[in-house]
Amino acid sequence: MIKIRSLFKQYDHQPLFKGLNLDIEKGSVVSLIGPSGSGKSTLLRCINRLETFQGGYISVGGQTHYGTQEKKHSLAQNERETTNIRRKIGMVFQQFNLFPHMTVISNITVSPIHVLGAERSAAESHAISLLRKVRLEDKALCYPDQLSGGEQQRVAISRTLAMRPEAILFDEPTSSLDPEMTREVLRVIKDLVLEGMTIILATHEMSFAKNVSTNVVFLEKGIILEYGDAKDIFNKPKNDRTKIFLGECPW
Amino acid sequence: MFLSGRRLVSGVIPYHKNLAVLNQVRNLLSRKYRPFIIRCTLLLHICFCALWLNISDALANQNTLEKIKNSGILTWGFDAEGGAPYVFHDPAHPDKLIGFEVDIAQSIARELGVTLHYFQNAWDSILLSLQRGDFDIALNGIEITPDREQAVLFTHPYYVYTEQIVTRASDNRINRLEDIKGKKAGTLYNTVAKRMLDELGEVTVNTYNGQIEPFKDLLLNRIDAVFVDLPIAQYYTLPNPQLRIAGEPVGEGYYGIAVRKEDAALAEELNKIIEKLLRSGELKKIYNRWGLWNASQEKLFLHEGLLQRYTESQPSIIKKPPHATTPFLIILLKGALVTVGISISSMMLAVSLGLILAIIRLYGNKWLQKIATAYIEVYRGTPLLIQLYILYYGLPNIGITLSAFAAAILGLGMNYAACEAEIYRAGIQSIHKGQTDAALSLGMSKRLILQKIILPQAFRITIPPMTNDFIALFKDSSLVSVIALVELTKSYSILATATMDFFKLGIITAFLYFGMSYPLSLFARRLEKKLKPYDQNSQPLQTI
Repeated sequence: MIKIRSLFKQYDHQPLFKGLNLDIEKGSVVSLIGPSGSGKSTLLRCINRLETFQGGYISVGGQTHYGTQEKKHSLAQNERETTNIRRKIGMVFQQFNLFPHMTVISNITVSPIHVLGAERSAAESHAISLLRKVRLEDKALCYPDQLSGGEQQRVAISRTLAMRPEAILFDEPTSSLDPEMTREVLRVIKDLVLEGMTIILATHEMSFAKNVSTNVVFLEKGIILEYGDAKDIFNKPKNDRTKIFLGECPW
Repeated sequence: MFLSGRRLVSGVIPYHKNLAVLNQVRNLLSRKYRPFIIRCTLLLHICFCALWLNISDALANQNTLEKIKNSGILTWGFDAEGGAPYVFHDPAHPDKLIGFEVDIAQSIARELGVTLHYFQNAWDSILLSLQRGDFDIALNGIEITPDREQAVLFTHPYYVYTEQIVTRASDNRINRLEDIKGKKAGTLYNTVAKRMLDELGEVTVNTYNGQIEPFKDLLLNRIDAVFVDLPIAQYYTLPNPQLRIAGEPVGEGYYGIAVRKEDAALAEELNKIIEKLLRSGELKKIYNRWGLWNASQEKLFLHEGLLQRYTESQPSIIKKPPHATTPFLIILLKGALVTVGISISSMMLAVSLGLILAIIRLYGNKWLQKIATAYIEVYRGTPLLIQLYILYYGLPNIGITLSAFAAAILGLGMNYAACEAEIYRAGIQSIHKGQTDAALSLGMSKRLILQKIILPQAFRITIPPMTNDFIALFKDSSLVSVIALVELTKSYSILATATMDFFKLGIITAFLYFGMSYPLSLFARRLEKKLKPYDQNSQPLQTI
């Protein structure tokens, strides 16, 4: 479903990805693991083009956007493809990024109403059902500042789901949460996995990744060192660097 | 006028032609009450003077005399601020204008068989307003000088002014101009009197903008003598037993009625009327009533006539001004209404134009961005006063004549838009990037993000600095009095100079300003709270 070919990206002439390739099947749950600064977030942000890249292309369900130095599409067409890709793919951020001036329900319905042109009443009843799924239906009229971090992240997931995405990118969704809130959020993600959603999850929660993923990508310095079946990689990693990264605690 | 004859009768002081333009500029600027900044506009005046010769024909193609007769209305331009005894608000009935020039203007209107309409205009710009067609005649102690004659057409003189020394009644040291040597003298800014004192030498000269201040300083022993136009000297000296007229008047010049250059027919008609009023003795009667008739006035008949000093005239009408507060309040409230109208309209313009500028500057294409940046820099970097002058007096040159109200709103609004644009920009840029990321990933377009996500959050941040700007604009609105609008500050200074009650009226005016700006602050605070409902119940964010 997602096809990444020869992805080339550099920051200020410092190359990060030097021709990265990756295929993600529909319905798979891919965990992106690796040390901080390895490019996990950047890879996710390239997929829905919150970050631009210079070379290669990324195609999502038939829509393709090219790097800024590829001359395959006109600027306007690339822009259009990007918009379509963003509508197909949801994203959940480490900092939640809820809109603080809107109530929970408005946060969820603003995009369906104004982007998809949904009826307000339909959008709202959909939003309520999504909130029920994350057990926050009683917070519909609260403002984000009145919620805990875990609650905010669950609202953020509902907001993404309201656009009925074909895949969701999770960018370290629990990194700023305490263990209890982390459990609340992971439980919601687990539900999505069980429903068969295509998920790419950048995370440091190794046991959760091991538990839910179908595939694992081990990324370091912008290079995929290992990509394969989750059980294989977690149980018997082939790459030495992966072994060290996943290594047993020395104490 | 109060600068009485910034130049003496032609021939007394030889004029060099090259100096004409410069003198014109100086003449226009001189006089009376004048906020300090106005002097900054000297440069602009030079530009206008240069352009005058071209515009006079373009404006008012219609024959003004015919227009006056057809409409039955003669519009008269004057400045009543500090205008005693020429034109000023009657201290006993502040809603009524009195002065010897009111009497003359009324006589002229009567002779023409038309109604007299009044047009208050700052004296500094009275000839400019005449040029742009705000009124038909300027009759307000305007001295006939060759440089002014290049810009406008003068009628025959209607008054001969002279300079007069005034000193304290208890002080008998000064009786002639020479006696001032070695002492301190007060006079008005940029006047012939000032020039004469400078030529005298050995005098410490204090120069004033307003005509009341030198007399106050004289009474307070800060200076030893005041040297000003005879009408002013008489008006302030005769009712006050602590002051006395010292010696004979010195120097002479003519006041004339100014009309636009192309209005020769109107000038001709006015000349006939002046002559008639002179011959019938009506003019003399008016001057006698105001204690202004003297031997010099015989020159009005004889032109080159002889001089026979004639000092009688115990004026009947001049008395100490009584203090009446209530009718003043109505005039001040009227001014306040103008202030509020201008402030609110121009702030609405500033807030909307500022938003457009900020958005263009942040998101527009390269060229639009450059234009918006240039707009902001130019408007922020040039004085509001000059912008107002250009809008009101400059635009008619290219065929756009704005009303004073429109020019005031445009001037203030466009100026403040530059400031608001930068406030918006700061507000927009302070919104966390994560907000845009989230909105983009939800498939929103840039426009939708701006409209639904960025601006609502930015607005709340911009409220405190914008309130600040609104209150500043509110007070800056007093600057628009330079373009013939009588708002609160102008009403105050007109009344205060008429009654010499700067204190009580000042307190009332300040209170009116505060009474209008404080509710504004309260409203802004409420609005800010309303736009941030989600932490209404929580503690203030920063508790230090």
